[in-house]
Amino acid sequence: MKPRQQRMALIAGVLVGVVVAVGFGFRAFQENLSYFFSPSDVAAGKSPTGRSFRLGGMVVNDSVQREAGSLTIDFTVTDFANAVPVRYTGVLPDLFKEGKGVVVRGQVGADGRFVAQEVLAKHDENYMPPEVKDALAKSRQAENK
Amino acid sequence: MKLPRWFHLFGSPPFVYRLAGALTPWLGIIACTLLIVGAYWGLVVAPPDAVQGEVYRILYIHPQTAYVSMMAYVVMAVTAGIGYIWRIKLAHAVAVSAAPIGASFTACALVSGSLWGRPTWGTYWEWGDPRIMFETLLLFLFLSYLALRAAFEDRDKADRVSAILAVVGVVNVPIIHYSVLWWNTLHQGPTISKLDSPSMATEFLIPFLIMITGFTFCFYWLLLSRLKAEIVERERDTRWLQDALQGGRP
Repeated sequence: MKPRQQRMALIAGVLVGVVVAVGFGFRAFQENLSYFFSPSDVAAGKSPTGRSFRLGGMVVNDSVQREAGSLTIDFTVTDFANAVPVRYTGVLPDLFKEGKGVVVRGQVGADGRFVAQEVLAKHDENYMPPEVKDALAKSRQAENK
Repeated sequence: MKLPRWFHLFGSPPFVYRLAGALTPWLGIIACTLLIVGAYWGLVVAPPDAVQGEVYRILYIHPQTAYVSMMAYVVMAVTAGIGYIWRIKLAHAVAVSAAPIGASFTACALVSGSLWGRPTWGTYWEWGDPRIMFETLLLFLFLSYLALRAAFEDRDKADRVSAILAVVGVVNVPIIHYSVLWWNTLHQGPTISKLDSPSMATEFLIPFLIMITGFTFCFYWLLLSRLKAEIVERERDTRWLQDALQGGRP
């Protein structure tokens, strides 16, 4: 082999080695690399017990209940297969809404309710001006009628 | 594999120095025009977002700087690899020029994303979000490339050793791109690069694309300006450069 081909082989070899190593690493740490657990993970017992973790999903429509006179709020998080009831006391981010994505950090209490210390809103990848959104909502209503 | 003959023209410092000198003003004019038009369009003309309100206008800065940061890394890795395999010093000079620009764009992407994260997600920074973590790793890759170079007295040796780091780190770029698809993340999924209909209104899409083109031109403008300086540094003892700097033709 010429020196140039040797260098090419070295670069290619190192690159392939790193890709394989990173690939194996990701396979091994698949769960740990995920930022949150889904309600189905919780139902299947995959989420950690006895320590806090993050739970992500969609806030179920009409599930939000505010306790009068306090900042405590109850809602349900779903991934459309399973659902977990959540209780949180504190200030919510502006984008927290029913039917929208949310990530909560906390742990499951004795009664099976997830007690959150922190609530983060997960934004989706859709961008549109308010008028377009209104028009879309109207056409959807018309379809449902 | 042998490189085509014309390719070696790009290994000639006088040729590249003149080419870069001729291109930089044009790249600068195009970049500035696009960025001014795009910024005015995006920040003033475009309507607010239905969900996020005015905060969504990060859309005209953050994705662009993040995209350029990854492009800068690919440019750095490819040129460093070419320099390593074919022993072309000028290719290393391009890689060296790209690194600080890439690091700056990465920092811009991280800071702008953080400022946006506070009002929308409710947090400035989330340890453990894969997208955020791998973009941060990109910043450290740029910085460690520069730090590793600084550790060598001999420039040729610095070129050779740092090139391997640059090439190995390129693995991170697709990981950043796919991180939002492979794992659960707080960061939203792709809007533009997914293949079905783009989920962005046209009013937003036009200034978005103007800004992404503007930042891309801006990167190459900065890259060639830095490359010229890097060539001056590397060729300072040569006759052609002294002639060129004194106004003569090399």
